[in-house]
Amino acid sequence: MLSVEGLRVYYQTNRGLLKAVDGVSFAVEKGEIVGLVGESACGKTTVAMSIMKLLPTGARVYDGTIQFLGKDILNAADEHLRNIRWKQISIIFQGALNSLNPVLTVREQISEGILAHETVDKKTIDSRIDTLFRYVGLDPARKKDYPHEFSGGMKQRIMIAMALACNPALVIADEPTTALDVVVQHQILDLIRSLREKLQISMLLITHDLSVVAELSDKIAIMYAGKIVEFGDTFQIFENPKHPYTRALLKSIPRMQGSKTRLAYISGSVPDLTRPVPSCRFFERCPYAQKRCAEVEPEIEQVGQNQSVACHFWRDIQSQ
Amino acid sequence: MQTTSHLPVSRWTAYKKGWTGFWKEYSRNRIGVVGLALLTFFVLMGLLGPSVAPYDPVAAVGDILQPPTALHLLGTNEVGQDILSQLLYGAQPSLIVGFAAAGISAVVGSLVGLMAGYYEGYAGDLLMRFTDVFLVIPALPLMVVLGAILGPTLFSIVIAIALVGWTGTARLVRSQTLSVKQLAFVESSKASGARDYYVIFSHIVPNVIPVIFAQTVLVIANSILSAAVLTFLGLGNPSTITWGQMLEFAFTSGAVTTAWWYVMSPGLCIMFVVLSFSLVGYSLDAIFNPRTKKA
Amino acid sequence: MGIEYAVKKLGQSIATIFFVLTFNFFLFRILPGNPFALLFRGPGFSRELVNQLNSQFGLDQPLWLQYVKYLENTLVGNLGISYTYRSPVLDILIPRLMNTVILLLTATVISVALGIGMGLIAGWRRGGKIDLAFSTSTLLLYSMPTFWLGLILLFVGVIYFGLPVSGMVSLNGELANPLAPASIVDLLRHMVLPCLTLVLGLTGEYVLIMKGSLLDVFTEDYMLTAKAKGISNAKLLRDHAFKNAALPMTTLIAINLGLAVGGAIQTETIFTWPGIGLLTYQALLTRDYPVLQGCFLVVAVAVILMNFLADLLYGYLDPRIRTA
Repeated sequence: MLSVEGLRVYYQTNRGLLKAVDGVSFAVEKGEIVGLVGESACGKTTVAMSIMKLLPTGARVYDGTIQFLGKDILNAADEHLRNIRWKQISIIFQGALNSLNPVLTVREQISEGILAHETVDKKTIDSRIDTLFRYVGLDPARKKDYPHEFSGGMKQRIMIAMALACNPALVIADEPTTALDVVVQHQILDLIRSLREKLQISMLLITHDLSVVAELSDKIAIMYAGKIVEFGDTFQIFENPKHPYTRALLKSIPRMQGSKTRLAYISGSVPDLTRPVPSCRFFERCPYAQKRCAEVEPEIEQVGQNQSVACHFWRDIQSQ
Repeated sequence: MQTTSHLPVSRWTAYKKGWTGFWKEYSRNRIGVVGLALLTFFVLMGLLGPSVAPYDPVAAVGDILQPPTALHLLGTNEVGQDILSQLLYGAQPSLIVGFAAAGISAVVGSLVGLMAGYYEGYAGDLLMRFTDVFLVIPALPLMVVLGAILGPTLFSIVIAIALVGWTGTARLVRSQTLSVKQLAFVESSKASGARDYYVIFSHIVPNVIPVIFAQTVLVIANSILSAAVLTFLGLGNPSTITWGQMLEFAFTSGAVTTAWWYVMSPGLCIMFVVLSFSLVGYSLDAIFNPRTKKA
Repeated sequence: MGIEYAVKKLGQSIATIFFVLTFNFFLFRILPGNPFALLFRGPGFSRELVNQLNSQFGLDQPLWLQYVKYLENTLVGNLGISYTYRSPVLDILIPRLMNTVILLLTATVISVALGIGMGLIAGWRRGGKIDLAFSTSTLLLYSMPTFWLGLILLFVGVIYFGLPVSGMVSLNGELANPLAPASIVDLLRHMVLPCLTLVLGLTGEYVLIMKGSLLDVFTEDYMLTAKAKGISNAKLLRDHAFKNAALPMTTLIAINLGLAVGGAIQTETIFTWPGIGLLTYQALLTRDYPVLQGCFLVVAVAVILMNFLADLLYGYLDPRIRTA
């Protein structure tokens, strides 16, 4: 359904060209939830924005293709893109605190999304909004309220309802739970899961939180410093991580059971993306690093059905 | 916890980078440099004007209302005085009035702002209400009334402008004080028992001074403008030549519809001097004020 | 709308007016030279008039009593007697105030419309040549004293366009009917130059604020959400950008009123427009203190009230306050 190949997106900054996304490829099949995981500033939001052509000024796509339902959308005309937006692909933004226009009612904001793509009368829109509200667990009578009259969790639900308004084929969720407290997070995750069951939506779920991905996604793509370092079935990745970064991430999740151990963490920091070097991006922080890692960038290779990893020595690490 | 090594309050402090560092930052902005050049020109005019003036400004040295000629580069006025000489002599008082008024505004405004920001709560609130009241009252009518009561002297103009112009500085200093107060080193200073005025003057003030400086330059621009208006309306001392006074004579003598050189010369000086201070002020503000967003 | 909000704003306005009245009272008493005496001993005032004023304003009474009488008098509109006209100050003020309102209202409406339009363009095409042109001209205009701008326009307007030199209407017997089309045209012709002066002085501020507000709004998250919905650019600008960016404009209009009044004083002086600004100037020339004080009071109170109305308007337009 969605296929991204060799995407390169660079930002023009006053310190030079920031290679935020440097050769990213993955795919989302129909009915799948694919999680895109990585720490802050690894480029995952940039990937999401590129799909919808919502990149800020200063960012440009330098290479790659994005195919949606078999058609190229990277080079598509503005008019075509506007048609696709929301109707076929919609986004749930993070930080719903400010993602809703404070001077329009919720109903107005949802209906404008619908009216931009369909011609329906007011009654139909209203009943659709009511249904959506019920889906997400909100009182339909409140649709004529303004965003500031809702709590953070409710606003996120509104965003979800709004994203589903046109029955899109693909929903991109950019950190849907990050700005919420833990209890509300849980509710939202439950909601997304039930919606997925009910509506069979395909989703690209972007987050830095491994637990969220574990709960919801079918496949996971791990991103680091602008590249995908591992991609595969969720279960496989959690059971049998192949990339050193993935392994370190999983290890750093504190465990509730078992004996008390020191909190594991990954030392060092993310490389400067304005001055990338030909080595593996994870080289400086990798506990398994070898000479080759400093000189040659590892290509991503298939290692099983639906699994791929970008590391020179994953086989050796495996056996350890 | 924030440390002094990266003060989020002011992106820059003179005490850290020194004057060369400051100049490097300032000169990045071409507009600011142009403004500074203009400003220097006018300050020089103020200092050296009387020495280079071709004629005695109050002596009637030519025919009345003559357009510019080789003898009188900017023409003569309705009494026969040389306009260029008047312009050169008039620079000093015109500038001084602006500096004086702005200086008083800065001191009063800063004190009010510091107090309001440091002593939050009832007293601070009251101070801010007081400031807000002054902000609402229309400026020129108030200055006119003050000037009328105090009498037709330059001093009364200075007082009138200062009494109306301190509010902007007060608000700015207050918000800056509030930010600086939050910083850890201030809290630790207070916790170690330092007295209030010590904390204010050795910790808060140094961090607030750069912003006050930038703001005051803008206030000077405004003061010069207001002084010109007040003088034009007749509140100045007619025996002191200032650019505003020249325009007042031009207007009351009825020369305005005929003698364009009489109207343009002092007016252009006022405009460019105000412009120069504004440009410099905005450039300084861009460097010192953490709230000013970069373009 | 939030009743608390309205009440709070009303309270603030009343407090401010009260402060202005008190300030005005003490202004004439604190300063050296006993200017207070100046208010009530006009040259040529008859003995009866002086006595009447004495009792009305309690001039031989203790200070606090004078203050009370002053407040009482002011609230019923007794602002003293003018030296030059020998009539009650308020009677002189009111018609002049009307003339100023005509001028200021027209100038404000035009400035706001221009300011919003140009601000939108400057913000939408940020960094372009238009933006630069607007910024430069605004800065230049702002550095000019309003009266000087008026002088230049007067010069150009009279000599090259044959516009009237002064006044509000031509003193012509035939144009006695103020509503006749010819009279209206006459009024407009007289209004062009002073209005233009004010508009040039005021618009810059509106452009700046509109542009700044718009640019702020562009960085907000909801703009991205709106764009992601695939709505048209026009709708994006109108419903999302403009509606949010225009909110600060309402309060700005009120704030600018203080400046506008200052501009009006200068403009009316230059063009001899018979409004309250010219009256202030004339009162200044003749040192007619009762009128001078009256002008200040009336103008200050008017501005404070306009600020209050603008606050109410803002409270109505912003849903966050309206539904509080």
